[in-house]
Amino acid sequence: MDLIIQQSINAISLGGVYAMLALGLAIVFSIVGLINFAHGDIMTFGGYGIFLSLAFGMSPVAALAIGIGAAVVMALTLERTAFRAMRGADVVTLLITSFAVSEILKVLFQNTISARPVPISFPAAWSGTYEIGGATIGVVPTVSIIVAFVSLLGLTLILRRTATGMAMRAAAEDLEMLKLLGVRANRVVAMAFALSGLLAGIAAVIWTAQRGSVDPMMGFFPVLKAFIATVLGGLGSLGGAVLGGFVIGVLEVLTQAFLPDGLSPYRDAIVLALVIAALLWRPDGLLPAQNANRS
Amino acid sequence: METALTIRGLDVRYGPVQATRGVDLTAAVGGVTALLGANGAGKTSTVMAIAGALRISGGSVSIFGQDMTGAAPDAIVRAGVAISPEGRRVFSALSVEDNLTLAGSVVADTATALDRKNAMMQRFPILGERRKQLAGLLSGGEQQMLAVARALMSGPRLLLMDEPSLGLAPQMVDAIFAIIEELRDEGISILLVEQNATLALDVADHAVILANGAVAAAGAPDDLKNDKLLQAAYLAA
Repeated sequence: MDLIIQQSINAISLGGVYAMLALGLAIVFSIVGLINFAHGDIMTFGGYGIFLSLAFGMSPVAALAIGIGAAVVMALTLERTAFRAMRGADVVTLLITSFAVSEILKVLFQNTISARPVPISFPAAWSGTYEIGGATIGVVPTVSIIVAFVSLLGLTLILRRTATGMAMRAAAEDLEMLKLLGVRANRVVAMAFALSGLLAGIAAVIWTAQRGSVDPMMGFFPVLKAFIATVLGGLGSLGGAVLGGFVIGVLEVLTQAFLPDGLSPYRDAIVLALVIAALLWRPDGLLPAQNANRS
Repeated sequence: METALTIRGLDVRYGPVQATRGVDLTAAVGGVTALLGANGAGKTSTVMAIAGALRISGGSVSIFGQDMTGAAPDAIVRAGVAISPEGRRVFSALSVEDNLTLAGSVVADTATALDRKNAMMQRFPILGERRKQLAGLLSGGEQQMLAVARALMSGPRLLLMDEPSLGLAPQMVDAIFAIIEELRDEGISILLVEQNATLALDVADHAVILANGAVAAAGAPDDLKNDKLLQAAYLAA
């Protein structure tokens, strides 16, 4: 029973990170058709923002805020310098552009900071635990679940209730028509990147709080998982991305916790096999996008 | 005399394909100008170039006497142009009301935008009844109403209407043409692209016929109606 509670917390906490990253990918993809592989580097940049702020003696809370801000600024910078010029190019061209951007950023991180992991130490109280019904539960996973749910809920409200969110949903359906109404498309696209950067920054905060270090590859693997989550959920579908993120997170933790030792090297293979099975069953994903007109 | 729209020598290309060749066209203030021609004649390309969605590779476009050649769509909307595009293109995942709200978001004064939205739902009662429904669930005719209402949200002086009757039931076609006449009576200048040439020529006070991307004929609707050769060649009525 204790183990089940603990593992459930871990699963939801990891799923929450994947869900936020997947949602960031999906928001940008749904509007400009870009599968942004540099999304992981935006997250990494957020991690370095936290590291540098702490190194310069800032308080931990300020450092987290700066880390999130750094990810937003990086997302907006990439949009302005790399992706805006490629607007309207086909999906493959955009994908390759994002690979190039990602590689450049990784090399910059290696050469200006370090190729090795740099430690981030938060106050000891943050890594504490508490007990519920005999189960020992970490503070960080608990807080990260709350943060993830608040972020996802907040973003849903922005998309559903605000004029900007309305414009973003319309842009996902027909960007040219939105322009023809006189709405400035560049602002809407920049807003989408800013929100995806915000989610990557929050993911970076949770990730570094759990791992205690940053390295140039920090964002790569979680974003790879998040990408799989967006495909599982239905590429371009925002709800699907969130659902996919949680499903992948839960599967990873379950396979880690309950697979016999002999099978544990095959963990990723088993998770991916389940994803493939799900896609054979529902080729458009679990919650397909309404306008699946991008290939 | 100021015109709502003056186009001179308009060239639009899609890569190596030339969609329009040196199109000249004027639309009088307060009138209905019909732009006719067979499929692929360059009508939609002309309209989309005016709206700023297509790059203009030659010629000029001026709107109410102001040169708008190559201007961005938002500048063209601010110059007083709105479009009800081919295929209606309503935002199907947004509610009827949100489609209108979004179009009104370009109006600087929010009170004006709100008044206009309410006026639209009175003018088109079916949109008022279905305000909370997703636009994608409306019938074709209702979507066309929404596309026109959405275009009117920016308070245009020139309305571009691309194939508003396409695929609609005869009753709905009549309703749409009644709206066109109403809007003209309110002083909005209209450029009307239509495949249904007979109907378009009935409502228009000036018509331009395109063939293979170039102007084949232009003049008063009655003259064009009686031109049997043109009818056979381009209107296929």
